[in-house]
Amino acid sequence: MPGCGDLAGRDRVSAPGHVLVVGASASGLSTAEALRRKGYQNRLTVLGAEPHLPYDRPPLSKQVLAGLWSPERVQLRQPAALSTLDAEFLLDDPATRLDVAERAVHTASGRVLTADVVVVATGLRPRVLPGQAGLRGVHVLRTLDDALALRSALLSCSRLVVVGDGVLGAEIAATARGMGVAVTLAGPQPAPLAAQLGPLAAGLLGELHAENGVDLRLGAAVTGLTERDGDVTGVCLADGETLPADLVVVALGAAPVTEWLADSGLTLDNGLVCDSRCRAAEGVYGVGDVARWHHETLDTVLRLENRTNAVEQAGVVAGNILGEDRPYTPVPYFWTDQFDAKVHVHGIPRADAEVSIVEGSTADRRFVATYHRDGAVVGVLGWNMPKQARLRRRELVANSALVEGKP
Amino acid sequence: MKVAVDQDRCCGAGACVLLAPDVFDQRDDDGVVVLLDGQPPEELHALVGEAAAACPGAAISLGGTA
Repeated sequence: MPGCGDLAGRDRVSAPGHVLVVGASASGLSTAEALRRKGYQNRLTVLGAEPHLPYDRPPLSKQVLAGLWSPERVQLRQPAALSTLDAEFLLDDPATRLDVAERAVHTASGRVLTADVVVVATGLRPRVLPGQAGLRGVHVLRTLDDALALRSALLSCSRLVVVGDGVLGAEIAATARGMGVAVTLAGPQPAPLAAQLGPLAAGLLGELHAENGVDLRLGAAVTGLTERDGDVTGVCLADGETLPADLVVVALGAAPVTEWLADSGLTLDNGLVCDSRCRAAEGVYGVGDVARWHHETLDTVLRLENRTNAVEQAGVVAGNILGEDRPYTPVPYFWTDQFDAKVHVHGIPRADAEVSIVEGSTADRRFVATYHRDGAVVGVLGWNMPKQARLRRRELVANSALVEGKP
Repeated sequence: MKVAVDQDRCCGAGACVLLAPDVFDQRDDDGVVVLLDGQPPEELHALVGEAAAACPGAAISLGGTA
């Protein structure tokens, strides 16, 4: 079975002597683990920008922000599991430059690391508003440290405005509301997650937020912030209104961390551009949030910012490093937990798709919806029905191997 | 190989069931993982390893001799 064997039967000589993974989050760690699982025995280095060992990001806006989980619980692997990986972790040292010809990575501390294969797994950096830098009371949420700082601020604020109506913004609004904070959610869409869920489910999500006391101020773009003596006092909307706030979270999406590749000669266009094998150049691969690759089955160039993509793509990248030559053709998937809603989305439920409720009912807030376009199912959404939604994955047109139950 | 699941970490993605349906299932009501076989036979070890790696909630841990 492809993807699970070791290197037995393959030419061991062809395995690289040193693989350097730049990025120590889910996709970087998963690439390192997949290499070992597939039998790679040579030198393995993981370079991380943050001081922390690999940790998980989805709980940051939920369990960690709410104080339900201690920071230690987001660690992706226990120390014993990391030591059996037999990889050298170099942390707190961001990459600053890549020399593709030499496959040499320069770091902020002055290291120069050369390898036979470099895997780019540097992830994302949050977008910010003009005038945000240096203003007290304005936060972003990407890292564990961001989450802990935001939690601390939430415990003493009187009015939070969340700027951004996507997954992260809506999750932060729901978590903060659950902590008893007065919350306003602002963004340009007609409903939270409208782009990701389509009008029907996004409308239900908006209702859920309103019922739980979130003040939804949607449909107007945020243009800037107001301040007094360096403290944020409000959020300005395009329609001229100012929303008062003593705490603001900016969740306007995030940009791929590729500045360090600027003079590398690699193609950068909303991410590190890769071929269908997730290869950016000979001996250079991209994985996770930062990688924009050619999805052969969907025949489009995609960059996915979700947790399952980080591990699935890592498996394919590890295999291709070891000579498997497999295209990466996943069924996109993400989930979000907000208030009592667990929403699971398979495929791409485009806003212009036709929606059918195929199980349960929207009135019960427990249903599965399928999204159709040109007669084919392009997305499946489960609302408090994760298993039932997953069972319908096979109806998706993007007929990746994973749909059939084999990696 | 000994398999353990942490239901509190499970997000209900079902990636484990897609990979190893003889070892993992999901509860009908909330999608949380159910362990069907805590000591799966050797021919399933590779798939269970893939499932543990693929779990987006890091809810599956493996122990014992592989």
